[in-house]
Amino acid sequence: MSDLLHFLDQIWLARYVILKGLGLTVSISALAIAAGSVLGILVGLSLTYGNILLRSVVRIYTDFVRGTPVLVLVLASFYILSAVGIDLNAFQAGVLALAVFCSSHVGEIVRGALQAIPKGQTEAAKAIGLTFRQTFVSVLWPQALRQMLPTWVNTAAEMVKASTLLSVIGVAELLLRTQEIISRNFMSLQFYFLAGLLYFVINYGIERFGKYVERKTAVPS
Amino acid sequence: MSDCLLEISGLRKFFGPVEVLKGVDFSMREGEVVSIIGSSGSGKTTMLRCINMLEEFQGGTIRLDGETIGYEETASGRKRKSETEIARQRALTGMAFQQFNLFPHMSAVENVMLGLVKVKKMGREEAREIALKWLERVGLAERAGHYPGQLSGGQQQRVAIARAIAMNPKLMLFDEVTSALDPELVGEVLQVIKDLAADGMSMLLVTHEMRFAYEVSSRVIFMNQGVIGEQGDPKVMFNAPQSERLAEFLKTSSFV
Repeated sequence: MSDLLHFLDQIWLARYVILKGLGLTVSISALAIAAGSVLGILVGLSLTYGNILLRSVVRIYTDFVRGTPVLVLVLASFYILSAVGIDLNAFQAGVLALAVFCSSHVGEIVRGALQAIPKGQTEAAKAIGLTFRQTFVSVLWPQALRQMLPTWVNTAAEMVKASTLLSVIGVAELLLRTQEIISRNFMSLQFYFLAGLLYFVINYGIERFGKYVERKTAVPS
Repeated sequence: MSDCLLEISGLRKFFGPVEVLKGVDFSMREGEVVSIIGSSGSGKTTMLRCINMLEEFQGGTIRLDGETIGYEETASGRKRKSETEIARQRALTGMAFQQFNLFPHMSAVENVMLGLVKVKKMGREEAREIALKWLERVGLAERAGHYPGQLSGGQQQRVAIARAIAMNPKLMLFDEVTSALDPELVGEVLQVIKDLAADGMSMLLVTHEMRFAYEVSSRVIFMNQGVIGEQGDPKVMFNAPQSERLAEFLKTSSFV
């Protein structure tokens, strides 16, 4: 009992540190997911509708990024970019690396969703005189969005987990903050558990939100 | 011929090295109902799809209501028209497909409205009014708010026909519209087509329903190996086929 009280007491003492770390984790993840999704949509559109040249370039990009460990991307973004004169701080470099990683996954999700739509949909849209742009906006994209929502939510949760890797370049997100706290009070088991719990809460929230949107946008059948 | 609605001459189409249309000549007047019959692989559907440029074609011309469809002759040769121009020309015809191809994320009435709003630039209220009118014509006024997944195959096909016809096309193209339906649902779709025919709608139908072709068509075309083998009044053709190929085809299809 006194152990628990002691733990709670330590949490209370470290509350601002924990909240700061949590806030940073959420900001990193949100920025990476947002930027990665926007970039990923462009990647997916290029892979689906681009000409052979664009398609090849983007294909190399996605295959390269997806074949590289995220940790390597984070380190490369931080150390290599500064070596070639692009000066990003650790936070910016980290978010960039995660966004790039996210974009390659979202790109594949978008491509898969668009290609899964039966050809008859495009033909029917053409047959009533819709241009390609109109067909895309009214017919293809709304169907693709519904199709890719579950996988996209999964990717978003992956990004939250990947944000812990920014601790290695000194971004004081939740994991690094937790390690700081542990180095002071040596309660490693308890505080790693707390961190794990907080990550779970974020990802569970994302998942519930995804399910909610899925329900809201479901087509009646 | 100036009273021609559709005039196809020397239509040639290749799928890779395979020539599927080997110089098709065909014309029809406004108000005519023409059925295209023939065994699978004879080029019926391909010909239909060339008329609204769902298929590219490599030779010949298609003229619809005085317009040359899809391509234009320039000094440097034959050139595909711009996408915008082709999109506009596609709206001259309406098409119903074997697989219906309704947009699953839109209700029946929204399916019909889409072309009216986006292509005809109508206001939503006006478009809805017209859409509801056509849904009523195909007997689905009460299903206007239903989504395709909530409708039977026959109902979906009727919505698809309403969607095409609401655009007020010069010519309706029907591509084996009953082939994907359960037998008990075929009748309701054929009835809709018959009603449209009675209204004087110009129609070109690819069909396997020989009895229906016999009843509804003013003319039947028998396609054979990429060309028109025989054509004429269905009563004459079906009862006294000129060529052996047609006689054989009629024997193997369910027409009795």
